[in-house]
Amino acid sequence: MAAVRASRISKSYGAFVALKDVDLLVAPGERRAIIGPNGAGKTTLFSIIAGQKQPTSGTISINGSETTGARPDQLWARGLSRTFQRNQLFQNLTVWENVELACSAHYRGFSTSVSRDALEEEIGGILERVNLLGSHDVRVANMAYGGQRQLELALALAGRPKILLLDEPTAGMSPAETQAMLKMMIALPRDMTILIVEHDMDVVFSLADRVMVLNLGEVLADGTVQEIQNDKNVSEIYMGKAL
Amino acid sequence: MSEPLLSLKGVNTYYGESHILHDLSFDLYKGEIVGILGRNGVGKTTTLQSILGIPAPRTGEVRLSGEPISGLPTHSIVARGVGWVPQGHRIFPTLTVVENIELAAARARPGSWSVEKVYDAFPRLHVRRDAHGGSLSGGEQQMLAIARALVQNPDIFLMDEPSEGLSPLIVQEVGALIRRLNAEGGTILLVEQNLAFALSIADRILIMAKGAIVYSGTPDDIRNDPDITHRFLGMGAVAAE
Repeated sequence: MAAVRASRISKSYGAFVALKDVDLLVAPGERRAIIGPNGAGKTTLFSIIAGQKQPTSGTISINGSETTGARPDQLWARGLSRTFQRNQLFQNLTVWENVELACSAHYRGFSTSVSRDALEEEIGGILERVNLLGSHDVRVANMAYGGQRQLELALALAGRPKILLLDEPTAGMSPAETQAMLKMMIALPRDMTILIVEHDMDVVFSLADRVMVLNLGEVLADGTVQEIQNDKNVSEIYMGKAL
Repeated sequence: MSEPLLSLKGVNTYYGESHILHDLSFDLYKGEIVGILGRNGVGKTTTLQSILGIPAPRTGEVRLSGEPISGLPTHSIVARGVGWVPQGHRIFPTLTVVENIELAAARARPGSWSVEKVYDAFPRLHVRRDAHGGSLSGGEQQMLAIARALVQNPDIFLMDEPSEGLSPLIVQEVGALIRRLNAEGGTILLVEQNLAFALSIADRILIMAKGAIVYSGTPDDIRNDPDITHRFLGMGAVAAE
């Protein structure tokens, strides 16, 4: 059973076709990168999988159940979390408070509240995973950008995801921060299915098992890292010469 | 040496009580491409914004062609030929691509960059010309931010991470565009996190830490001394071109 299956997904905005008949099949535990030129439809596909946008046609299935039309919170409850290109954080709260809010969402509606110790253990574990435990009391507005990107990952992990969508997680990061983020992503549980949109090819080729290439809303290529590295069309349209 | 086109002397900039830039001084000469590198949070963006007066330095001086500009309103600084490509796009999300560009061009200085020439440099923006800014992808918004600066025909371009969010091929095209601007007489001050990109186009590199310049050298100096990137940027050696 596929962790994520997108079947003939199309999305139009008036006359503009953002996605056209896109098929995507991601196995449980797979790490799949989605790359492509700017405006290829990568983030739109993410938003459709995560329920932020509805496709014009086509279906999405998560772990074998169709989820087309499901709301983001319904998908989140089923173990699908995402990060965004631009941080979506509470700037006036601390690092800890941000993660606490996200973790607390699990217990909303429960007749018995979770023990404080268990909640704190969960928050501490997440912050340790993203190397922010030492900054737990820092207000987000006062954090460097790289730290905010790490917190964005922490909030996604607070959803206890089985499927994690990462939208350009290293964009705007310094080289050292990128290296640190890559290590964090590589260290995520191997049974967690990861989809990543990313322009840093060192990150893509270090993390991904397979790579799908979108161009002008259509699938240009789909294969192993080595197949994509050797694909002349991909080089011509997307990579150019290495910097 | 001739008079610098842009000169910062002893600049101190604050956000409220937070002291961000500490006696920052450097010169930029006509026809140069200078890259500013440094970890996040060291004051690179604040340096560009201090030149534009948002916020103005609390003490110290910014001069353009020998004339003081610190304390002038931002629109007046821009009218004197300082163009800005801000980080994070900062386009008008409810206006279309063409409206965004035409608004920037409305009070442009005379020069060679027309709306048509911008479309020639970024064909993707022509394809998306009737789309609202907010509906563009992150990379398309970045192209639009660059386009808005181009049509103002400035003498100096202040570019804040122009490669962020762009695909590798477009990064190369932006690099070629910056060289083209430079060949046409433009002067560029570039803040970048993409080290390979900055080293490939800059004549000179400044590295910042804690609100001050801590290193100045050429791209070759940096490529030839791994200790520089290790000490100032917290990373390994840079591969030679």
